[in-house]
Amino acid sequence: MKYICQLLYILLFSFAGEALQVLIPLPIPAAIYGMVLLLIALSTGLLKSEYIADTARFLIAIMPVLFVVPVVNILRHWGVIASRLGAIIVIVAASTFVVFAVSGLVTKWYLRKKGGDHNG
Amino acid sequence: MGDFLMSIPLFALVLTMGAFRIGLWCQKKTGSALCNPILIAALLVIGVMLIAHIPAERYVASTAGLQWLLTPATVCLALPLYEQLKVLGKNLPAILWGIAAGTVTSLLGIFGLCHLFGLDQTLTISLLPKSVTTAMGIVLSGQNGGIEGLTSICIIITGILGSLSGTLLCRLLKLTDPICQGVAFGTASHVIGTSRATQIDPLAGAVSSLSLAISGILTAVLFPLFVKIL
Repeated sequence: MKYICQLLYILLFSFAGEALQVLIPLPIPAAIYGMVLLLIALSTGLLKSEYIADTARFLIAIMPVLFVVPVVNILRHWGVIASRLGAIIVIVAASTFVVFAVSGLVTKWYLRKKGGDHNG
Repeated sequence: MGDFLMSIPLFALVLTMGAFRIGLWCQKKTGSALCNPILIAALLVIGVMLIAHIPAERYVASTAGLQWLLTPATVCLALPLYEQLKVLGKNLPAILWGIAAGTVTSLLGIFGLCHLFGLDQTLTISLLPKSVTTAMGIVLSGQNGGIEGLTSICIIITGILGSLSGTLLCRLLKLTDPICQGVAFGTASHVIGTSRATQIDPLAGAVSSLSLAISGILTAVLFPLFVKIL
């Protein structure tokens, strides 16, 4: 009973996300809409977190298994990718380091600007 | 043998779960981000497919039933996000600015580099979401004409790179505050970076986890702009 109710709530938010994706003509994934809706419902107290918590943690825990399939599927596109492999590797590595530096330094700069009180 | 195995409806699922279990075991045994369970599982599955002569199309088709879980599972990420927002309240402005700066840098940087290297539209769209967590990244890529597999591999490599080099980068950039470290790990290298950040400091882990969710949402919101320009 508990899991049925929890799964139903989660599916309802996913469904609402999918409905929004159909209604709003932007290439934003349904899951993002659903996630924002769920976050609003939790923050406003409309939905208590224990109404979804157990099933939500289960779904989050098994999610990585779902990513094995697309990685295996890369075999079908290997030709296109192999021809530009060097460029792809450079872009992935360079952007990772730059994003790490920029996000960390901007946060540091902002915390310093606001003064030392940030040990919470 | 491949034909016989693939005629059993649950074979592909059992193979995938079993391979993932071995991947998890390898990661636990070595404790290294290099032993990523998704990559190990994919390699094992590819190995079995080559030995048993199973074409990739058949494997993908028989796991299609699994994919409906992705949207509800991603929606559930709102729960940890909600829990971290409660804890990090007063530091939120600094954290949000850091995430926003990192996310915009990521999109502009990748877009610029792809242009510089002359990559086509398919590859550019596949690379653009590579800093966000896999659940969001592959959907952004797939829905806009990218190659989901390439996106997920780039996302995993990004996570591994961030996880392995993060401590050194923090030292070089003098990021000593766990909040700054968390924003950097989460924005640049999503879940994989977050597990490294959690080892360094629990607060860094919480901030990192928040950062990966927010940067994912922000990337999804900004993504249409870049698709339009392409």
